[in-house]
Amino acid sequence: MLLAIDTSAGTSVAVVDRDRGVLAERSVEDTRRHAEVIGTLILECLEASSVAVETLSGIAVGMGPGPFTGLRVGIAAANAFAFGAGKPVVRVVSHDAVAYAHYVAAAASASGIVTGGGADATPLLVTTDARRHERYWSAYSGADEFALPIRVQGPGLQRPDELPEVVTGYDGYQRWDADWVSAASVGLLAESLYLHRRAFAGAEPLYLRSPDVTPSSGPRRVTA
Amino acid sequence: MTAPLVLGIETSCDETGIGIVRGDTLLANVIASSMDEHARYGGVVPEIAARAHLEAFQPALAAALAEAGVTLEELDAIAVTSGPGLSGALMVGIAAAKALAISLDKPLYAVNHLVGHVGADVLRSPVGDAPVTLQPSALPVATSGPLEYPTIALLVSGGHTSLLLVRDLVSDVELLGETIDDAAGEAFDKVARLLGLPYPGGPEIDRAAAGGDPNAIRFPRGLSLPKDLEKHRYDFSFSGLKTAVARHVERLRDAGEDVPTPDIAASFREAVVDVLLRKALAACGDLGVPRLLLGGGVVANARLRQVATERCAEEGIELRIPPLSLCTDNGAMIAALGSQLILAGHAPSGMDFGADSTMPVTEIQV
Ligand SMILES: [Zn+2]
Repeated sequence: MLLAIDTSAGTSVAVVDRDRGVLAERSVEDTRRHAEVIGTLILECLEASSVAVETLSGIAVGMGPGPFTGLRVGIAAANAFAFGAGKPVVRVVSHDAVAYAHYVAAAASASGIVTGGGADATPLLVTTDARRHERYWSAYSGADEFALPIRVQGPGLQRPDELPEVVTGYDGYQRWDADWVSAASVGLLAESLYLHRRAFAGAEPLYLRSPDVTPSSGPRRVTA
Repeated sequence: MTAPLVLGIETSCDETGIGIVRGDTLLANVIASSMDEHARYGGVVPEIAARAHLEAFQPALAAALAEAGVTLEELDAIAVTSGPGLSGALMVGIAAAKALAISLDKPLYAVNHLVGHVGADVLRSPVGDAPVTLQPSALPVATSGPLEYPTIALLVSGGHTSLLLVRDLVSDVELLGETIDDAAGEAFDKVARLLGLPYPGGPEIDRAAAGGDPNAIRFPRGLSLPKDLEKHRYDFSFSGLKTAVARHVERLRDAGEDVPTPDIAASFREAVVDVLLRKALAACGDLGVPRLLLGGGVVANARLRQVATERCAEEGIELRIPPLSLCTDNGAMIAALGSQLILAGHAPSGMDFGADSTMPVTEIQV
């Protein structure tokens, strides 16, 4: 059982279980209130799922890509919660969670089985809003037999008109412009990665942008 | 009530501060600074500071627990800075504090950074000695013991320059004045750059000023003319001073003359120190408050401490300066303020607060 947090788009929190699925999910879409709402969403999810902190097996968190101020709120919260609870943090690429949800849904509608799997060879291009007229993107060649997405390129950051040049074989992809990353998807993906002994994401937040600064070239003259 | 064990989290600028106190006893004060990463930019870069907080948080927390010799479970409460400060930086501490409080089921107090600087003064080391207090020796006033109220507080750093009237730490703080442009610490950084000295400018200016004549150049004292004093009696301005130093340096260089760095550094520093203390002591005099507390990173400046000691002694004002590690931004001062709020019976802050980059000092706790 995992507490899952993703703040790469809005703020999303969930409690998921490998066998019982999504036990609770609470989200706020506002992309400016991550720090305000994160605590309340965690409390609500724990309460709605009647899950005690001690019974969690870990904390799952989406590492982005996402706009940095908001993204950091979820990662900081997940790290601190895990430290306080004495549980491990498991990290996933937020786009992988979007792709995973997509392939699981596709498999379910094809087979009629809700938690089905079955390899899927449909290439999928996931993009999310990066502001400043840019998109974060990740390209998937398909999913394996557990519906785990196979990322072949990305995550990257591009202007929309640059995507056809940058994404190899762009025309072959089904494009999915997600306006949302669900913490439940992050949690379920983490459960499945753990179950099937796949690698989690690294500890580095996927900012994909350097801090907006240029080193100073020295003081400017004040007299003409 | 027994003294509460409080964890304090401070991320308002470029220091990740984690402190642990029990009542007014300091148990741990761990500070991880990203200062070096800002050096090549000549000032704090908010995004770099925020990224560094995320990385430093957990190691600093673990180190503080080890230093204090306590476990998370033993904590009675968590306190966190919710403002004023850099909002992206504040948010890291707030998110972590909320999640930590929930995971441990501990009450959370969101507090004001500036009032935290004042709160630092209540702290004693575990062996029970007083904070470092520079006492005018002529005065028959005890050198230790708790801070008495009301007091004037002068808080000077790279992020703020504020003059407060503190009638009560947990319930009655008033802003008398603040900088209307640059913080004093920023002025040190900018003038250091003008003189070709590295960041941070405070210690560099201090070093360069050694042997310089503080009266060599009469640089302007911001907002000190009669017409300015009417509206800005307790406000500060350092932007004009910085420009005056720049003009002076440019004039010398244009004329092909040597730039006497020690004299300029000493004269600039004297102008800053003079105006800071003149206004602080004017507040003491006007309001009949014979106590002055200094806080903020600029307190590291030796000349500021020296002139403050001299002038307070002349005017019969008790001067209090917490140890330097409690003057710069730190988590212990936030824990100290949290602990005082708890002892005064204040309720926790709830979960819905955010980062307030311009949080007023009248809002001691959210
Ligand atoms: Zn400060």
